[in-house]
Amino acid sequence: MPWRKRTTTGQALSAAAIHGVLLAWCALALFPLYLVVINGAKSRRAIFNDPLKLPTSDTFSAKGYASVVGNSEFPLYFGNSLVVTSVSLLLILLLGAMAAHALSEYRFRGNTLLGLYLIVGIMVPIRLGTVALLELMVNLNLTNTLTALILVYTAQGLPVAIFIFTEFLRAVSREIKDSARIDGLSEYRIFFEVVIPLVRPVIATVAVFSMIPIWNDLWFPLILAPGQETRTVTLGVQQFIGQYTVDWGAVLAALSVAVLPVLVMYIIFSRHLIRGITAGAVKG
Amino acid sequence: MATLDLKGVSKQFDDTRVLDNINLNVADGELVVFVGPSGCGKSTLLRLIAGLEAVTTGDVSIGDRDVSHLPPSKRGIAMVFQSYALYPHKTVRGNLGFALKHAGAPAADIKRRVDAAAAILELEDLMDRLPRALSGGQRQRVAIGRAIVREPDVFLFDEPLSNLDAALRVHMRVEILKLHQRLGATMVYVTHDQTEAMTLADRIVVMRDGCIEQVGTPLELYRHPANRFVAGFIGSPAMNFLDAQVREGRVVLGDQPLHPCTRTDGPITLGIRPEHLVQDDDGPLSGGVEVFEHLGGEAFVHITLGENLKVVAKLDGEKVYRPGDTIRLSAPEERCHLFEHS
Ligand SMILES: Nc1ncnc2c1ncn2[C@@H]1O[C@H](COP(=O)(O)OP(=O)(O)OP(=O)(O)O)[C@@H](O)[C@H]1O
Ligand SMILES: [Mg+2]
Repeated sequence: MPWRKRTTTGQALSAAAIHGVLLAWCALALFPLYLVVINGAKSRRAIFNDPLKLPTSDTFSAKGYASVVGNSEFPLYFGNSLVVTSVSLLLILLLGAMAAHALSEYRFRGNTLLGLYLIVGIMVPIRLGTVALLELMVNLNLTNTLTALILVYTAQGLPVAIFIFTEFLRAVSREIKDSARIDGLSEYRIFFEVVIPLVRPVIATVAVFSMIPIWNDLWFPLILAPGQETRTVTLGVQQFIGQYTVDWGAVLAALSVAVLPVLVMYIIFSRHLIRGITAGAVKG
Repeated sequence: MATLDLKGVSKQFDDTRVLDNINLNVADGELVVFVGPSGCGKSTLLRLIAGLEAVTTGDVSIGDRDVSHLPPSKRGIAMVFQSYALYPHKTVRGNLGFALKHAGAPAADIKRRVDAAAAILELEDLMDRLPRALSGGQRQRVAIGRAIVREPDVFLFDEPLSNLDAALRVHMRVEILKLHQRLGATMVYVTHDQTEAMTLADRIVVMRDGCIEQVGTPLELYRHPANRFVAGFIGSPAMNFLDAQVREGRVVLGDQPLHPCTRTDGPITLGIRPEHLVQDDDGPLSGGVEVFEHLGGEAFVHITLGENLKVVAKLDGEKVYRPGDTIRLSAPEERCHLFEHS
């Protein structure tokens, strides 16, 4: 049957084409990261002479990484970033999922309106409110604290989180929740023990999407918490950028190290993440 | 085990009245089936009994307790849902024992009751599987098992078999009947499959648009339907309805006088079930065969008796008709039902 053979070659070809496109995309996306990592391990001269080359025995220099690891401030910045990101993330996931559960599960007056109010923030860039936020933090005596950053990031992340969670929590079968009610679970335990396990992939997805902008943010740390004690990694890296000289080796090395937590999170969540994204795609 | 009493139960969602003044007494150990077309409020009534929705007015009592204001877990009920509603991340054993564990029963007790339920439903080999590794029928058995384990006063079933294929449905129907006989428990069962209703029920409650149309044993409903709606709903294939007249103390169909009747003259609806029409060469009714469906042992004959007078007759499959053939029928008087003309 000749037609049959043709289909299989056709299929192989299209599979190859798809993989080709994906690989090309992958290379493109990874290229800047690759540059950051390899140049972090080169001497300053080599970075400028031949930015694309891998470090050789001549050009290799651990000075960049050494100045990052040796810098007594860096672990502090790193810790600040970790605290701010993880606490904000926790709050976003917890409050976002709870709000979405309430909106999708309970009938009450003003439900739709409240839902709209909670997600309309997606359309308002939070940075427009920077001046007001700064004033607020000054009045609350929260400038130069991690709390200020955590509050702002939680507010920034909630609308999208609520939006995504609401979509998925609506799809959770009402009958499962009802059976839990008959089994005598409280509404809180229904949420934590029945609903949350059902939407784990969605939580992973929201976690990754919310985490990256927080980890990478330079704006709010610069404005709300520029003090020595509360600097985050992105802000801390700036100290290698002097007014007249820039320690590129150190900057790049610091950035390479800063990528690690994001990478680790991604690897932990990615299995769920892919399920979350495709589940959304199928349900529409 | 307990009785279940509904007194003047109504339910309103926003502005729409979904249930209107429902009164019903279910005896201890009785299996009552709610039937009715989609959207008539069967599930809502069941959810009111379960306490998943609050009654707008009226009282629900189980045993001698007024439970109208108790949460579902305090009412002594267990519910089996159409979609099984198993906890997907718990094994069969976990699902069966969850309610007891949550209520703080001792581990030995839980194990004994879970094992007993598993034995009744033949789930012993599946105890460590997750729901996603079970077939539809097995999942439904787990859902029923979960209800048994709780040893409730009243079992509530909401279309538990409608997601199963036809063969499995018949099998599970028998299982539920056996379970009822074995436990002797009070059960309320919702379905819109009238075969299920006829075979399972001690009594059937026929509902329409949030009201009860008739309550009775399956045979009572079959033999003496209170109105045209019930008559059309019970029995398969459905009863034939024909526009007829009462003239001078007789029922007249077209121009053909049939049996005597005591009603006053005027239009009337004559109902006769397909299985009660008999082929009879001296019969008063005659018509042309339109479609002939042979099922082997029996046959459905679609017959046109006249303008707007079409009937289906269920005859034995001995004689084969062709479209266009003429056939004569008689309708035994005691099998005919008369309803207000509509
Ligand atoms: N939460 C609700 N809010 C508003 N209306 C509702 C709600 N739940 C049910 N209804 C309405 O109540 C009516 C009865 O619904 P119910 O689910 O009880 O029907 P049913 O008899 O179980 O139908 P089916 O056989 O299709 O399951 C329907 O018209 C439905 O739209
Ligand atoms: Mg229903």
